Amino acid sequence: MSSFMTIGTLEPKNKGAKPIMQTAQNLEAAPTAAPSEAPTGTTAPVPSPTILSRPASASVENGRKPRTESQMNITAKVETRDLNLFYGPKQALKSINAQVAANAITALIGPSGCGKSTFLRCLNRMNDLIDNVKIKGDVTLDGENIYARGVDVVALRQRVGMVFQKPNPFPMSIFDNIAYGPRLQGIKHKQELRDLVEKCLHQAALWDEVKDDLKKSALALSGGQQQRLCIARALATKPEVLLMDEPASALDPISTLKIEELMRELKQQYTIVIVTHNMQQAARVSDRTGFFLLGELIEMDQSSQIFTDPCDKRTEDYITGRFG
Amino acid sequence: MSIRRTFEEQLSELQSDMLRLGRFVEEALGKSLDALVRQDLQLAKQVVEEDDFADDMNFGLQARAMQLLALQQPMARDLRIIGSSLRIVIDLERIGDHAVDIAKVVRSLAGQSFFKPLVDIPRLGTLARKMVADSLQAFVNRDMALAVQVARDDDAVDELCDNLQRELMDKMRDDPTLVEQATRLLLVARMLERVADHATNIVEQIYYVETGEMRPLAREEHGHGLALAPDALEHHPSDHHNTESMGADPDLPIITAPPLGHSSWHNGSGSS
Repeated sequence: MSSFMTIGTLEPKNKGAKPIMQTAQNLEAAPTAAPSEAPTGTTAPVPSPTILSRPASASVENGRKPRTESQMNITAKVETRDLNLFYGPKQALKSINAQVAANAITALIGPSGCGKSTFLRCLNRMNDLIDNVKIKGDVTLDGENIYARGVDVVALRQRVGMVFQKPNPFPMSIFDNIAYGPRLQGIKHKQELRDLVEKCLHQAALWDEVKDDLKKSALALSGGQQQRLCIARALATKPEVLLMDEPASALDPISTLKIEELMRELKQQYTIVIVTHNMQQAARVSDRTGFFLLGELIEMDQSSQIFTDPCDKRTEDYITGRFG
Repeated sequence: MSIRRTFEEQLSELQSDMLRLGRFVEEALGKSLDALVRQDLQLAKQVVEEDDFADDMNFGLQARAMQLLALQQPMARDLRIIGSSLRIVIDLERIGDHAVDIAKVVRSLAGQSFFKPLVDIPRLGTLARKMVADSLQAFVNRDMALAVQVARDDDAVDELCDNLQRELMDKMRDDPTLVEQATRLLLVARMLERVADHATNIVEQIYYVETGEMRPLAREEHGHGLALAPDALEHHPSDHHNTESMGADPDLPIITAPPLGHSSWHNGSGSS
């Protein structure tokens, strides 16, 4: 008896499936002689698997895995329905239906020009300031259409605050930067303003660094501090939603992590939407992520789902760096 | 055209080497079973000596996977491949260890004639080894039907192992002089059962890579049959770039299993 082991040829059960890889060069050449006899009677009979089969040709151009979005029980703070936006003849947003979950961080990602910042600006009507913009569809905040006739845009923007890419403190003291909005809102009492400024600086994780220097010019702060000051300023008008357009892209890594940690703190009280080019940042910081491409919202789901197993191949391509 | 060619090459190499480790331990298992049946001490010694290769591969692969995680921040399918590879290489390395354990049993049985021809142990070994080979094949071909089949085979291994244990214990009760040899054979059966468990772990990881779902395939199969959603596997978003991302050339042959011997073992081992 020469050899006792026969296992049989290992042919792919499903010949249509694509191989995961080709022969590694450093694998020794496997002798090609396949065992001539099948191991009939030597192993327990195994029924041929019929439970599932992969498609012979997994051609999924723009295909979507037929799995429904893993829905959390979302309480939508902001919702858009069939939102379309045109810059002149050019359509920048195409029928966006999105839900922004309350007390959560929603990240919007996508290549440059995909419409994510445009979408963000729709949520507090910042696009109204741009000429030649036409908006169709609904955007609701707590169920009320913010584009309805008679909506007070200033009041809206108090409820939906915004932080921009580059820190843009007013050329005045730290204190006055934060007190600016509340003063406009009619708060005159000095102690009340002081308390509010302190509270906002605490919330923005800046208090300890500036508490002895509130009269100092805001422009003397570092970039990271300035951005946190802008967040504190946005918080001072007691918004419900905070829109952040690349809030950390001009900051160093440590300041970036501080802002991200700050966002996690703030989401207890606020609903946050952040546009970011930094996918790792979206993955680190957000609860839900929406992927935009060419003006469309391709997919919006829990971030844990998007970054491990997205539904749509275009999302997969983008987040794995295969285009974009 | 991908813009992450270097990363994709590294990922592809990681998978190739993982497969290389898999084929190595699968062959080691085959050798140790051959050594047992033929009582070939030289072959058993070779299995023990060669195991360092599997250990080194295991550490090397884990280090590379950790590096890719740290330096490339992989996402989606890439992330699943790397994450699961950390688990798979451990299972493979354990299979190699079990091959060594069996080879050591061969040494301890040196010079003894078997009290009965070995039938069930080679059968068990064949099935366990087939599960390992199939798990590798499922990995190469992204064949989820085969992955499920491996999980299903685990039941047959468990049953065979149980029967074998009962039989050996009966023999020991009848004739206490057999205790030493029977105990060692029990150990071999146990090792083979563990090998099958590791193969099942591996296909569960492969299933995760392909579908994004972590599911206890073995348990489900054991319970009430798998109710897999076939469409979970169709239209997976990662499908389209797989071929190019792995540097695959459809004209080249895929990796198939190593040579597996020429005659079936029962030719020489009598009937049960």
